[in-house]
Amino acid sequence: MSVSASLSVSVGGSNLRVPAGTTVATAVAMAGSPAMRTSVSGERRGALCGMGICFECRVTINGQPHQRSCQTVCAEGMEIETT
Amino acid sequence: MNTSVRHIEADVVIVGAGPAGLAAARAATQSRSVLLLDDNPAAGGQIWRGASERALQSLTRRRETGPLASPRIQRMFGVRIFAGDAARRALRAETATGALQIRYRDLVLATGARELFLPVPGWTLPNVMGAGGLQAMVKGGLPIAGKRIVVAGSGPLLLAVADVLRSKGAKVVAIAEQAPARAVNAFAWSLLQHPAKLLQAAALRTMQWGIPYWTDAWPVACIGNQQLERVMVMRKGRRVELECDYLACGFGLVPNTELAQQMGCAMQGDFVKVNDAQLTSQPHVYCAGEVTGIGGVQKSLDEGGVAGSVLGAAPVTALAALQRSRARWRRFEASLNHAFALRPELSTLADDETIVCRCEDVTWGRIRAHSHWLEAKLHTRCGMGPCQGRICGAALGVMRGKTGWQVESIREPVFPVRAETLAALGARREENS
Ligand SMILES: Cc1cc2nc3c(=O)[nH]c(=O)nc-3n(C[C@H](O)[C@H](O)[C@H](O)COP(=O)(O)OP(=O)(O)OC[C@H]3O[C@@H](n4cnc5c(N)ncnc54)[C@H](O)[C@@H]3O)c2cc1C
Repeated sequence: MSVSASLSVSVGGSNLRVPAGTTVATAVAMAGSPAMRTSVSGERRGALCGMGICFECRVTINGQPHQRSCQTVCAEGMEIETT
Repeated sequence: MNTSVRHIEADVVIVGAGPAGLAAARAATQSRSVLLLDDNPAAGGQIWRGASERALQSLTRRRETGPLASPRIQRMFGVRIFAGDAARRALRAETATGALQIRYRDLVLATGARELFLPVPGWTLPNVMGAGGLQAMVKGGLPIAGKRIVVAGSGPLLLAVADVLRSKGAKVVAIAEQAPARAVNAFAWSLLQHPAKLLQAAALRTMQWGIPYWTDAWPVACIGNQQLERVMVMRKGRRVELECDYLACGFGLVPNTELAQQMGCAMQGDFVKVNDAQLTSQPHVYCAGEVTGIGGVQKSLDEGGVAGSVLGAAPVTALAALQRSRARWRRFEASLNHAFALRPELSTLADDETIVCRCEDVTWGRIRAHSHWLEAKLHTRCGMGPCQGRICGAALGVMRGKTGWQVESIREPVFPVRAETLAALGARREENS
């Protein structure tokens, strides 16, 4: 893949190259674990609806909490933290 | 953080850039200018979802959605409409960084549908996803080559999803369709009268690839440690355990009527009521696509086309042709809903420990004690999280029956918004009144 068609993001502090157009939800899954957040009773949760409705895939993006990872496309240098 | 409010005055505003919204946009631009808004990062809605410009380009080649690049269409993505006021002809919206106040002359709500999820033990494990949900992730770049996937739930969407997953290299272990064989066969016959070509092609390919298609089959438990490892499926009265990496499960579609309802549009059953011109009970507010009935992509295109043609003052003959086609797809909708009606066993899948409300982690055992939605909500907080009951409310409509378990009247914001957005827009609203 050419450099222009991929970009670099970090998930939980580790760097990752992803193709342009990849959603943040997908980047998190590619980084190794499908879990995005901890529920109010302490369960690990991953994406469910994939279309911005269920809010299960919330992560912190560039310091901003509660972002729906499935509705956000990765941008160069984005810092993603699961919670 | 200080949120700036952007004010936009527009002619025709369309909420939702799926097939219905795109068809409406194209038709309306014959004589109007259009502002097309969507929460998604790009156009396409559910069926043509793709986060890249590539998807958009192939879209614009389609006849129905025509010249999307027209200077008369302004597009804005990543915009979530959270409230509307039909009397003032205004919408309020939030973006990643700001707030919008939009005025319209005419409005088309083409907000589509979401999947119906039914709680089964273990369904909160990571990698248990919607059928369309997993497909959306795959369209967003998720690599699934070599993954074992069970596709389950109900409806023709399962075939389309299995086809996409297989084409990306996944091993589809089985498709578990809850409807009985006789209903599915009857539907297959009705496809001869309503040739939904895409659907037929997907069905054919799944058959050719030898993907097992089980009728009378549905998931009863999801099992795994940190994430999904196995799914227990009830098939013709027997339990079958399937090892898999993902469960892609959806029991049909639920219309996204919240915005229309909040704006005061009258309902007809679960859907927004429209007249022959797709106009709702509110003046200048049209609805098109899955919000008025679940009937597939052709129905959405025709309804969007009708709304757009009415607004764009298209020739009467063109409008009449669209209306005839629309009537045909509405009959298709009826046969679809009949064939894939949910069986009563599905309302008893959850046990007392199963979480029903995933936002507030409220179990079936706690909800079950209450006699209606409002009471359950007050005592357990079910439906009070960020999804605002979109997931558990729809599930409870099946588990408890609709009476008393419908989400009560819809108020703004129809999506959770940042406090700064409300403050910025709210202050202005009081100024005006
Ligand atoms: C997850 C999923 C996957 C599907 N996949 C397929 C498939 O592969 N094949 C198939 O034949 N059918 C599929 N369907 C059925 C599909 O919905 C229809 O075929 C078709 O996409 C419906 O078109 P529509 O324009 O009515 O609605 P949609 O395509 O759902 O478009 C509605 C749009 O409105 C936007 N929206 C909703 N509310 C707001 C708001 N408040 N603010 C801003 N934007 C908003 C949404 O983001 C969405 O883009 C799928 C359905 C779902 C739910």
